[in-house]
Amino acid sequence: MKLTINGKETELNVSDDMPILWAIRDVAGMTGTKFGCGMAQCGACTVHLDGQAIRSCVTPVSAAVGKNITTIEAMQDDKVGQAVQAAWQQIDVVQCGYCQSGQIMSATSLLKQNPKPSDADIDAAMSGNICRCGTYQRIRAAIHEAATKLA
Amino acid sequence: MNDMINQSRRSFIKSTALVAGGLVVAFTIPQAKRFMSVANAAEAMPLPAPNAFLRIGADDRITVMLAHSEMGQGVWTTLPMLIADELDADWNKITVEHAPAAPAYIHTAYGIQITGGSSTTWSEFDRYRQAGALTRALMLQAAAKQWQVPVSALRTENGAVIYGKQTLRYGQLVEIASKLETPTTVTLKTPEQWKFIGKATKRLDSAEKINGTAKFGQDVQFDGLKVAMVARAPVFGTKLKSVDDSAARKVPGVIKVVKVPTGVAVIAEHYWAAKQGREALKLTWDLAGHDKPDSAALLSRYQVLATQAGLQAAKAGDVTAASKQAKQTISAEYVLPYLSHAPMEPLNCAVRISDQGCEIWTGTQMQTTDQAAAAKILGLKPEQVVIHTQFLGGGFGRRANPRADFVSEAVEVAKAAGLPVKTVWSREDDIKGGFYRPMFVHRATVGLDKQGSPLAWQHTLVGQSIIKGTPFEGFLIKEGIDGTSVEGVADSPYVKGTPHHQVHLHTVQSDVPVLWWRSVGHSHSGFVMESLIDELAHASKQDPLAYRRQLLKAHPRHLAALNLAAEQAGWGKPLPAGVFRGIAVHESFGSYVAQVAEVSVKAGEVKVHRVVVAIDCGLAVNPDGVKAQMESSVSFALGAALSSEISFKAGEVVQSNFHDYQVLRMKDMPKVEVHIVPSREKMGGVGEPGVPPLAPAVTNAIFAATGKRIRRLPIGEQLV
Repeated sequence: MKLTINGKETELNVSDDMPILWAIRDVAGMTGTKFGCGMAQCGACTVHLDGQAIRSCVTPVSAAVGKNITTIEAMQDDKVGQAVQAAWQQIDVVQCGYCQSGQIMSATSLLKQNPKPSDADIDAAMSGNICRCGTYQRIRAAIHEAATKLA
Repeated sequence: MNDMINQSRRSFIKSTALVAGGLVVAFTIPQAKRFMSVANAAEAMPLPAPNAFLRIGADDRITVMLAHSEMGQGVWTTLPMLIADELDADWNKITVEHAPAAPAYIHTAYGIQITGGSSTTWSEFDRYRQAGALTRALMLQAAAKQWQVPVSALRTENGAVIYGKQTLRYGQLVEIASKLETPTTVTLKTPEQWKFIGKATKRLDSAEKINGTAKFGQDVQFDGLKVAMVARAPVFGTKLKSVDDSAARKVPGVIKVVKVPTGVAVIAEHYWAAKQGREALKLTWDLAGHDKPDSAALLSRYQVLATQAGLQAAKAGDVTAASKQAKQTISAEYVLPYLSHAPMEPLNCAVRISDQGCEIWTGTQMQTTDQAAAAKILGLKPEQVVIHTQFLGGGFGRRANPRADFVSEAVEVAKAAGLPVKTVWSREDDIKGGFYRPMFVHRATVGLDKQGSPLAWQHTLVGQSIIKGTPFEGFLIKEGIDGTSVEGVADSPYVKGTPHHQVHLHTVQSDVPVLWWRSVGHSHSGFVMESLIDELAHASKQDPLAYRRQLLKAHPRHLAALNLAAEQAGWGKPLPAGVFRGIAVHESFGSYVAQVAEVSVKAGEVKVHRVVVAIDCGLAVNPDGVKAQMESSVSFALGAALSSEISFKAGEVVQSNFHDYQVLRMKDMPKVEVHIVPSREKMGGVGEPGVPPLAPAVTNAIFAATGKRIRRLPIGEQLV
């Protein structure tokens, strides 16, 4: 199956129904995208499919044919992604860090659609991403910080 | 603080050697304070790899070896701060690595290699500073030799030794330093000389955790490594009766199906195939004659036990006689559920067995017991088991298992498969797979005197023991009492301050596996004690803050935290309409934390708007790290208080994933403000002590708002 990951066309030997998550992690060997729940409950696996944030643990590779999958590994080349990552470092958001790829992918998607989100907008966009270390307050602050830098 | 550490007292055993062009500094400290010991771990496990806390390369790079695991709590940054200060290191040249499992890295107080009990920073405060100071002394001597000047003419700064206008970088000195005699004494810096300790310092693991390159156990991949999932018993303690794996073997990508002691493992090329293969297994389990836990039945049983005399955990005076003198008596029963740790990274462990031994890649909080368990399974010596500790995607106690459950199972899988295998757990495996915070019922009857102070306190706890049946039993269970069951009650200043008191414990036997969950016994006792105190304050018509101040008047550290939280929260000042305050203070793991929660209740729904936290943890090595841990604790504890519960029906765990095992999400995160008590008192921990006071601060605020006393967690639908 031909998939485009971070703008690069990649031939992967996977079945149609394999979730994108396992194709990129276990077959393409890109481990920045994380497995957390397998049923779109925690957001750790968030990637962008043609710019839209999706949960890769429940989206089969067949849904990605002809589209571009963007993962955390490409965020350093993305203007909004860079701002988000810089804000994350400035606010010192991370703790264990396991959920943060997904948090950053969700936050980047939010800021692309809504460059100046309110706290309520952030709550609505980010409540699908669980952080067991409870970095939510800093995530909120970092999203505001990135929005300010991007404005 | 200006310790002179001499050879006879601390016995530095230092060895220096050139390793990969660098200086290795190593020493060990006798295990004088050891209270846990796994078969004399230090003696039983000779060192397999260079014994080192830091290495300096010829390129000036300083590699700090972490004796503890980074699981989010920030030791990846805190321990290097200790070395950097004493070494006068260039902070930008520091890299960090997890140390191997080896005697050199045994906990200075606990006697095994462990990350737990909120103990890393205080337990390493001397050892890591000593490592830095010792190395700096060697650098000075090396430079003195090079320049042929006395050490007293030299100073160090930012990774270099300076003599007048001349400079020698540490990297230039390592070769000379490696041939020098061991210093016999080390003078540590005074607090005024610290540049890092006590200053908010940004995390060293931030960059790799936000660009996807940080390696967790789950991310371990190498040529030939296969992925396994294990089908485990649906009811704890039951055994496999039969297996039909014919369909599983036909799933594309499935390589093997093997039996292991915990069930049946499907080994495949990747997770997806392993999962599909496991779903295709046809298994029957021998359920006959087994205990099938049921939450309703368990509760009834616990409630009955709570009214009966148990083993005595604390006693003073004569409770029965004093009760008759009481002007008012308050009786209450509190119920707390089983809880899952549910770290974001589901459990996993990669194992490669060879003729030489075994290599393990995992995120673990307890290397010593994992290493011993793997060695036992494989018939190896512990030193033949190499553990590569990866970043932990959350631990909260789940990855510190004296029974080494997930590591043992992964070793069994790799052994049975005859292949290098990474055994992975799904989220369902994690939620249903046990090792929960034990369910507890507390029953207390408190008689008050005419001033409203406790005169007689009878307290009975019912729950499973975390320690029973583990290698720690001999050290942590005294006369039948597991200290982790009664901590926060038997040693509570409220109970101890009551002239007549009695604490009893019933330890319930069960096949449900239990384990320490962030703040251990305090996770239930903190809630119960601070709720009870609030009940007593209201019963005696006193302000909850004033009442606590009176009872804690001989406990300055409790008071300092309590007063700071109350002051910063504006206790007693008006709040927006519909918002109410609750307060709680609790000591655990050597730190004192008070919290004031601002809460509203609308249509039965609880909204926590703001939590003000004050902590006295002694010296705060990284104040921003302390703040992060308090924010984290509020979130972790609030999710549990509002909605987390593991329950049983017909022997099986009801919950399975984050849709029915609910944890805190962004929309429910309150504003958290953290204030650190300026303190030079004995250092305590920060990973756990923020958890216990949160639930009672919230439920005490709910009482203020609604008049309803929440005596059972989670709060759930109780207010609807």
